[in-house]
Amino acid sequence: MITARHLTKRYGTTLAVDDLSFDVLPGRVTGFLGPNGAGKSTTMRMIMGLDAPATGEVTVNGTPYRSHNRPLREVGALLDARAFQGGRSAYNHLLFLAHSNRIPRRRVDEVLDIVGLTGVAHKRAGGFSMGMGQRLGIAAALLGDPGVLLFDEPVNGLDPEGIVWIRNLLKSLAAEGRTVFVSSHLMSEMAITADHLVVIGRGRLIAETSVQEFIERSSDVHVQVRSPQNDTLAWLLKTNGADVELAGDGALAVRGVDTAAVGDLAARHAIVLHELLLSEPSLETAYMELTHDAVDYRAAS
Amino acid sequence: MTALTTAISPAPVIDERQTFGDILHAEWTKLRTIRSTGWNLGTVLAGVIAVGMIVCAATAANWGTMTAADRAGFDPTFGSLKGLYVGELAVGVLGALVITSEYATGMIRSTLAAMPGRRAVLAAKGVTMAAVVFVVSTLASFVAFFCGQAILAGKAGISITDHGALRAVIGGGLFLTVLSLFALGIGAIFRHTAGAISAFVGAVLVLPAIVSPLPNPWGRDITKFLPSNAGQAIFDVHANSGTLAPWTGFAVLCGWAVAALGLAAWLINRRDA
Repeated sequence: MITARHLTKRYGTTLAVDDLSFDVLPGRVTGFLGPNGAGKSTTMRMIMGLDAPATGEVTVNGTPYRSHNRPLREVGALLDARAFQGGRSAYNHLLFLAHSNRIPRRRVDEVLDIVGLTGVAHKRAGGFSMGMGQRLGIAAALLGDPGVLLFDEPVNGLDPEGIVWIRNLLKSLAAEGRTVFVSSHLMSEMAITADHLVVIGRGRLIAETSVQEFIERSSDVHVQVRSPQNDTLAWLLKTNGADVELAGDGALAVRGVDTAAVGDLAARHAIVLHELLLSEPSLETAYMELTHDAVDYRAAS
Repeated sequence: MTALTTAISPAPVIDERQTFGDILHAEWTKLRTIRSTGWNLGTVLAGVIAVGMIVCAATAANWGTMTAADRAGFDPTFGSLKGLYVGELAVGVLGALVITSEYATGMIRSTLAAMPGRRAVLAAKGVTMAAVVFVVSTLASFVAFFCGQAILAGKAGISITDHGALRAVIGGGLFLTVLSLFALGIGAIFRHTAGAISAFVGAVLVLPAIVSPLPNPWGRDITKFLPSNAGQAIFDVHANSGTLAPWTGFAVLCGWAVAALGLAAWLINRRDA
């Protein structure tokens, strides 16, 4: 597991990470979300001992990263895409990593097979496409068979088949009891893949909760109801204390009552219903709502 | 792609620390598996031998028309090793690239994640690189010497057993080795390929050109202590007031390399990856 306590990081006068504390537990996929510039990559680098925090500390399985005996056997990470020298083959790139942590040579072949690069193992990595480079990075993360995995934007450059493959890989790694920490902007994928979320903005923690609870917390949970007698129904609901809005497509968005209450009310007054459902926002809308004030770089719309 | 089989047979509990031997092994694997290493070493070999042979061939061809003073002033050992000046640039590039290309590609993060002991990584890079540079440049010096003397046979050729010749030839190998370590130090300080190579070329070529024309004694005395000028004393058989004594000069060059690597070692632990 990963334990972060009061992490703070400054670059010059910019406060990139501000008193950040969170836990990432094993056995589930934890998504790491936040707008651009929120401090996600900085935080991941601090976990890996690459950047030093100004204050605070972060440990992996109870020990700071740099104190582990054989770090690659405890933590595997994919932080940068294409972070390898082009003049070396994929095989040799993994080989030197294996040598550094006394990982057996056959493991290099194993991980190349897992990511599907066996055919190009001995070709120079400089010629790899973005997706192949990404796979090489994933292979390097898996090399030591670590219990903790960090992925920063793992689906970058992968084709649809690759995206499904990564999704299944992350889930199976978590199912094996490993700690899986994934940072991604692809909300649709995060919604399916992640079980738990750590959301940051402007260097600060915004939320640390399960995906389900995160979505429910959003104010956009409402009952969607459609009726040929919309006006009457709306009036009735308002009289009963509900908050009613007319959506653009002719449906009513009702807040403050559950679907059962709406259904009962309609039945009592012989109102015909064509549609009645609980509309939950997507992870994307919940996230956009929660991080709205924390976005640093917003395009003019 | 195969079905998901991510686990290997249960790994034994990891109690043993990462040793310097592990880091050395990894850096050696890195050095021997990238194409640029071969190119740089090949340039050293070819450059040192070719230039030495050309200088000796030109001298041999002109021998008949040279004055007595010119002939006396020509040093057959130094002449055959003139190619070391070409070697300087090649080892400078190699030394810098060994570290700067990691920063350029971002691979430094993988390296330091795998081997968190940063000074040990720098040391391992130095040891592995120095070993190959020494072998190749000493070999190049020997071949350049013998070919040069063969070309000069009958006119100015000497034997390896002649005064100072053996020291000069092995010294040529030592000279390029220590220069490569100096370049490694500069590379680790700048963390930027173009910047490091510029600084290296500045120290080795530009600085002497600026300093030596200064009025004596400053021009002459300061120039003697510049890195490449000091180091060249070891393969210059004839002593003169413009250079330090052979091993003194070599020691000064070593001092430059130690200073650069020392600063680099201090910085690498303090800075973010």
